[in-house]
Amino acid sequence: MAEKLLEIRDLHVTYRTDDDVIYALNGVNLSVEAGKTIGLVGETGAGKTTTALSILRLLPDRVGFVRQGEIVLEGQNLLDLAEADMRMIRGNDVSMIFQDPMTSLNPIHTVGDQIGEVIKLHNPDFRESEIDARVDEMMEMVGIPAERKVEYPHQFSGGMKQRIVIAIALACSPKLLLADEPTTALDVTIQAQVLRMMGELKEKFNTAMILITHDLGVVAQICDWVAIMYAGEVIEIGTVEDIFEGDRHHPYTVGLFGSIPDMTKKTKRLNPIEGLMPDPTALPRGCRFMERCPHKMQRCVEIVPEISEKGTHQIKCHLFSPLWGESTPSARIWETGGKRR
Amino acid sequence: MKAPLVETRNLKKYFETARGLLHAVDDVDIRIAEGETLGVVGESGCGKSTFGRLLLRLIEPTGGEVLFKGRNILECNRREMRDLRREVQIIFQDPFSSLNPRMTVSEIIAEPIKVTGTLSKRNEILDRVFELMGIVGLAERFVNTFPHELDGGRRQRIGIARALAVNPQFIVCDEPVSALDVSIQAQILNLMMDLQDDMGLTYLFITHDLSVVKHISDHIAVMYLGQCVELAETDELFNHPCHPYTKALLDAIPVASLKNRKEIKIIKGEVSSPINPRPGCRFAPRCAHMMADCSVLSPTLKEIGPGHLVSCLLYS
Repeated sequence: MAEKLLEIRDLHVTYRTDDDVIYALNGVNLSVEAGKTIGLVGETGAGKTTTALSILRLLPDRVGFVRQGEIVLEGQNLLDLAEADMRMIRGNDVSMIFQDPMTSLNPIHTVGDQIGEVIKLHNPDFRESEIDARVDEMMEMVGIPAERKVEYPHQFSGGMKQRIVIAIALACSPKLLLADEPTTALDVTIQAQVLRMMGELKEKFNTAMILITHDLGVVAQICDWVAIMYAGEVIEIGTVEDIFEGDRHHPYTVGLFGSIPDMTKKTKRLNPIEGLMPDPTALPRGCRFMERCPHKMQRCVEIVPEISEKGTHQIKCHLFSPLWGESTPSARIWETGGKRR
Repeated sequence: MKAPLVETRNLKKYFETARGLLHAVDDVDIRIAEGETLGVVGESGCGKSTFGRLLLRLIEPTGGEVLFKGRNILECNRREMRDLRREVQIIFQDPFSSLNPRMTVSEIIAEPIKVTGTLSKRNEILDRVFELMGIVGLAERFVNTFPHELDGGRRQRIGIARALAVNPQFIVCDEPVSALDVSIQAQILNLMMDLQDDMGLTYLFITHDLSVVKHISDHIAVMYLGQCVELAETDELFNHPCHPYTKALLDAIPVASLKNRKEIKIIKGEVSSPINPRPGCRFAPRCAHMMADCSVLSPTLKEIGPGHLVSCLLYS
């Protein structure tokens, strides 16, 4: 297996509000190989964006806290770094594309200045002319004529603005790019243009990418790995082949696929998952998906499922622990009468 | 073909802007038979929402006719219009902003009943509210809650219950599932299709999501810059798309399967401005098959097969 660029181990994040504590991430494990793209899929509130913000240490101040866990980038735990060192990593080693290109650009600076800012910050010894040349190069790379760098964000269309945001994110050739729903706000023909461009640039810079999305179509087209998140956990992870062509899946993944109308065949009814995501302030004790699951068993109520592994494919569900052969801890608990460790 | 319930003829809406006339809807002719669903697809700014609103006369058209059961609703006076609103309703895109935050669920659903005066006694109205909540799958315990206490899916169910409150025949659905997560989206789509079967509703379903429109529609109209460029039965449109824009749109959708992990075909450029459009085909600047005539002659919808209309010079 290729070298791990980023490894997230047992990450717990909570948000504190006046009334409640929101359990946003509850033990996320995730790793990204250099140059590969992993798709992070899940519905609103599953913890996708929180995961990305934790990596960059951009959780809202005094509200979001990392309770436990490690985020290791090339052997270095990002959570141990001083803020000043973290600032050198943001935009340089790890950068992020936000969902909404309309609000992530500063309206009162020209786009050229905004691309130049990140280059200047991370290359303090660059001369003006060198920065300028790099800005021109980035603009051309995302398909916008360099003479438009003196224009302001409002003079560009949505798709063009997203290209600028991508140019900013890639300006320092980061090792890891976090793309939070980069094409959700765009029309499909523009989405196709942007996705292709991101794919080409990723190849060119050998950048690894975490692509956050709820669109399984986008995932199938551009990702190498897929992680499915639910209620602050990764409940299934594997290569795209495992997820799209494997025959064993977490019941939630099955429900997710049943919910999208299939373009290739005519179905009379969709098979959605009944019910709603659990309240993140009061999560169930056992499996978080239990209440919506068609295969709910007694042990799902009581015991948090362990991860069952087969090759590159991991599923966090009681259904699979005994079936997949190895005597996993949860299977042993089941045999000894459901006692907790 | 059955007699159409709703029909438009040369329907036009131009908005005046500082820079000139914005052609939001330009000569659109469609017919929707009773009990059927016409899907309207297109990208942002193509005029699909404006078109939906024109059908209900929520905005006044610049020209053309909207026929409901053969009657031109643009000639109705205020009183006639109010009676008509019992038969035509709308479900909006955003369940977060289309519900009054200061009204409870029961007040929201009861309002159209009170406005149109279908029922007058308080307990009758409340019974009807409970009945509607049952129809759309909202538990009775939510009757006195406010919209902000509910999630998107439940809010959209309120919007649907409100539209159904006066027993309409025709509902314009303006992107009713775009703001929802996929699992909730599927629940709402199933609900809308069940309601159509049970009540014989007719839908105009506006969306930018081609997989959703394929699932729910009988016929599909593809719009580009205010014009309908292709109109056909759903299967026909997906199996034999003719207009270059329709083809490009179908090619651009990412499919959730590895078998079709194709090199996505991409059309160049972006939608041009709808303000004072140049003569000729509006898609011409982005079209792979552009000919000399395309920037001179404006194509019109031509029937190229049974019920399959295309507006492109390639087919005339």
